[in-house]
Amino acid sequence: MKIIKKAQAGSFESSDILILAEKPKDTKGRVIQLNSIVEKQYGDTILKTVNAILDKFEVADIHLVIHDKGALTPVIEARMETVLLRASNNQKGTMY
Amino acid sequence: MRQKRRTMLYIPGNNPAMLIHGGTYGADSLLLDLEDSVALEQKDSARILVKNVLKNINFYDAEVCVRINHLDTPFGIEDLKEIIPLKPDAIRYPKTETIEDLKRLVTVMEEIEDQHNILHDEIKIHIMIETALGVQNVFEIAKLCHRLDAITIGGQDLTADMNIKSTKDGSGIDLARKMIVMAAKANKIDAIDTVFVDIDDEEGLRKETEKSKNLGFTGKAVINPRQIDIVHEVYTPTEQEIRKAYKIYKEFKKKKKEGIGVFAVDGKMVDAPVIARAKYILELAHINLQEI
Repeated sequence: MKIIKKAQAGSFESSDILILAEKPKDTKGRVIQLNSIVEKQYGDTILKTVNAILDKFEVADIHLVIHDKGALTPVIEARMETVLLRASNNQKGTMY
Repeated sequence: MRQKRRTMLYIPGNNPAMLIHGGTYGADSLLLDLEDSVALEQKDSARILVKNVLKNINFYDAEVCVRINHLDTPFGIEDLKEIIPLKPDAIRYPKTETIEDLKRLVTVMEEIEDQHNILHDEIKIHIMIETALGVQNVFEIAKLCHRLDAITIGGQDLTADMNIKSTKDGSGIDLARKMIVMAAKANKIDAIDTVFVDIDDEEGLRKETEKSKNLGFTGKAVINPRQIDIVHEVYTPTEQEIRKAYKIYKEFKKKKKEGIGVFAVDGKMVDAPVIARAKYILELAHINLQEI
């Protein structure tokens, strides 16, 4: 999957996660900026979940800015899937 | 044992906090909503979130229903394609107006179910009657298919459709409420009353719920977890009612063995309708009829 435009998914609400995705500017590969209220304890787990979804959708080059407000894994996975489908112009059934 | 539907809690499909905690609020039924509570530009996001929540979150004993978007919108078919394979207890279909609306829903559901080897009676259907046309046709719609398990009145949309003001006494939709209850009861399915929107008016909610119960509604939709206990209090049989029902049913079993159909308990005649009512109360109270 190729990232072709900027997109976002999720929110700043408690138990949610806001994810912004775009093409990396001058580099290749995955650039992930994570900011989480539970980063000390769960930062590695969140990044593992994020990378697993990037692997599933075969995304090689992406810049992600992530603000987590304590989202559980199913929520992180859902927001990642949404942002990737939006950023790759694959999302159907939406006016986004 | 009868599925209790005293409360159906609406949970906005794009609200992770409420979705994740859905099973802990204590509602009999949860309504994960992809329709009116989700903004148009978030339909995709809510659908994916609800899909993941259904896969991963434990809702304990609560019935889980998903309200999809109408098939006339660009979202309805996508909703069904994603949600059906996860086998929620029921699909709730909004703005059902004609038999054709329900037939179309059943056809699409069955096509998706066939693709996933899901039996056609595993997922129930709840319809919402929210327009004057829907009210007019509700008796025909209610008897269309065995998968139809409950009918709900959508009070807010119905008042809008009728161009009337929504009032606390609900006078404008009184006839619709009665018709929907009658259509549901005629087909032995549940009737769920509309939401009470003023979440700070607890007394108003109690009064409206008592009215709903007296009309014959099986339960009431709620929009805030704070409303659950009040509705349950109204719909749960009192100790006195349970004791009376127990006495009637016990006597019924005894008389049945003696070949007597009509008898008296505490000086009042007991016949088939009274026994049916007693059974209903005992089932609501989770009392095993076999052990009486």
